Amino acid sequence: MILDQKHAMEQRLFRQFAETEFTKEIQDELDQTGEFNWDMHRKMAKYGFMGVRIPTQYGGAGGDYLSYALMVEELARVDAVLSIYANTSNSLGGGPLLLAGTEEQKMKYLPPVASGEKIMVFALTEPGAGSDAGGTATTAVEDGDCFVLNGRKCFISGAPMADWAVVFAKTDLTAKGSRGISMFVVDMKLPGVSCGAPEKKMGINGYPTCDVVLEDVRVPRDCLIGPLHKGFSIAMQTLDGGRLGMAAQAVGIAQSCLEESVKYAKERKQFGRPIADFQGISFMIAEMATEVAAARELVYNAAALKDAGQDATMACSMAKYFAAEAANRCAYKAVQIHGGYGYIKEYKVERLYRDARICSIYEGTTQVQQMVIAGQLLKK
Amino acid sequence: MKIFVTVKQVPDTTGKVAVNPDGTLNRASMQTITNPDDLNAVEAALELKDKLGCKVIALSMAPFSAEVMLRELIAMGVDEGVLISGREFGGSDTFATSQIIAAAIDTYGVDSDDIIFCGRQAIDGDTAQVGPQIAEKLHLPQVTYAGEIEKDGDTLRIRRMLEDGYMTVKVRTPCLITCIKELNTPRYMTVRGIEECFDKPIRIMDYQALKDHPLIDATTIGLKGSPTNIFKSFAPPLKGAGMMVEGGPKESAGKLVSMLAARHMI
Repeated sequence: MILDQKHAMEQRLFRQFAETEFTKEIQDELDQTGEFNWDMHRKMAKYGFMGVRIPTQYGGAGGDYLSYALMVEELARVDAVLSIYANTSNSLGGGPLLLAGTEEQKMKYLPPVASGEKIMVFALTEPGAGSDAGGTATTAVEDGDCFVLNGRKCFISGAPMADWAVVFAKTDLTAKGSRGISMFVVDMKLPGVSCGAPEKKMGINGYPTCDVVLEDVRVPRDCLIGPLHKGFSIAMQTLDGGRLGMAAQAVGIAQSCLEESVKYAKERKQFGRPIADFQGISFMIAEMATEVAAARELVYNAAALKDAGQDATMACSMAKYFAAEAANRCAYKAVQIHGGYGYIKEYKVERLYRDARICSIYEGTTQVQQMVIAGQLLKK
Repeated sequence: MKIFVTVKQVPDTTGKVAVNPDGTLNRASMQTITNPDDLNAVEAALELKDKLGCKVIALSMAPFSAEVMLRELIAMGVDEGVLISGREFGGSDTFATSQIIAAAIDTYGVDSDDIIFCGRQAIDGDTAQVGPQIAEKLHLPQVTYAGEIEKDGDTLRIRRMLEDGYMTVKVRTPCLITCIKELNTPRYMTVRGIEECFDKPIRIMDYQALKDHPLIDATTIGLKGSPTNIFKSFAPPLKGAGMMVEGGPKESAGKLVSMLAARHMI
């Protein structure tokens, strides 16, 4: 896709910011400590990254899905975990409110999220409900002007830093599967809300992930987002947008694998010449470049479909499926081209290999994306 | 209060620099960027705007393609872009360029509390002449090589960074200041700024708009009005890395002499 002037300018901004601000020291520290970098969060917020896709009336920048995809890709190209910093508020965090919130709820929650002052996360997954989100066991029972929430959410990215979480809970206990689920904004400081210890992850370290435990949490009625019992379809629509972001992240990682490989193949000499001169290496690079280009087109196309208001469910799943798998293949090849050095932490491809691995798992595994694509084709 | 900032689009020298057979730069084949020192001038203006709420106007004499650069500056926080563009202005050297930009600024109107910020010099010509010449032609006081700027009422206190030290100068508005890169770190565009910058008008000042200004006549603008002639442009050969001779004065002098002698240079 040839970008128009506005999107090309945004791409330049995101690239320049990432290349300048995401120093090697910061990247290493994030990977080693796994801790959240508040300074970087605030710096991104200052330039409007947290609200790229949030409309201006709610304090955002008023960009579209393509702007959002370009941002995540360019940030991930330099550091995958830092792309998540600016991703959540624009997708899973802010998404449910944008889709189903009342005007009052949007005015209350979105401006501080768009400015980066508050962090909102998405709490759908449970120990027994991962790909099968319909298996949600967390309950919300009406009690006067409140709902009382009980349950356990797991793998909640950003929960340790969050001010609010969008929590999915069963409100109609008699309904089966994905029915009878509702969506609530839960203040993380409410009595009964607690976080587990941050998980020790393979990659994307620096954006802590943990369990969220809800024990008799009394959530005011006005925290219900969207119609009662109808939360699941909003969750699925939110995930459409989220998948687009994660597909863009995979493109950024794959692009970085390609760039690192090209650089190294020209520098590294074996048998008296640069390894780039060997067909075995050059063909791997050709494959990587082609896969990155194809993945990027799928992502931009899915973004353009969403921006045009068209049904993009299948396009988002295709983009996520292909880009995530391409990122893994590119990471494999990048490490292979680097040989022994690729296995050493000093080289970026070692981290890229670990960071790429999550792409085909979170926000819908590759197999879930295939189910969505097949479902669209076969069940109509 | 208004702040004018003059900006130039220059070749991105991190890429390949191409020269035409006639010795001029082949600008079409090169990526362009906003001249780095000019971004320091823009930042200086925006910092004053943040404090005082004044209007910031960026002016550039360039082909129409430089419109995008002006929009980028608007996305950083500049209020208005002025593109000084016309076939008659083509081929101008620093004398003719400063003549035209001075006429444009004067046409816009300089009030008693206004400031003009320029970058020290452009990375393509490296002359550092346009800013000072604009000040001369507008009969304004000028302070060059600003490394620190403080504003107090109508007075600017400026620390000029020179090769062998610094000099602190006070100057009253209206005045022209040239900025060096040590002055500040230019901010990025904001996403919202980019979303909105394409809706803002860019004012075009062409030959028709400026032709009646006393500074403008055929003998002072364009190639014909330029006293400078370029005979040849070329990339200088790369110098090798230098070597530091360590030690006290006597010891290092001894080492240096033996090194020169070993190379049969003395």
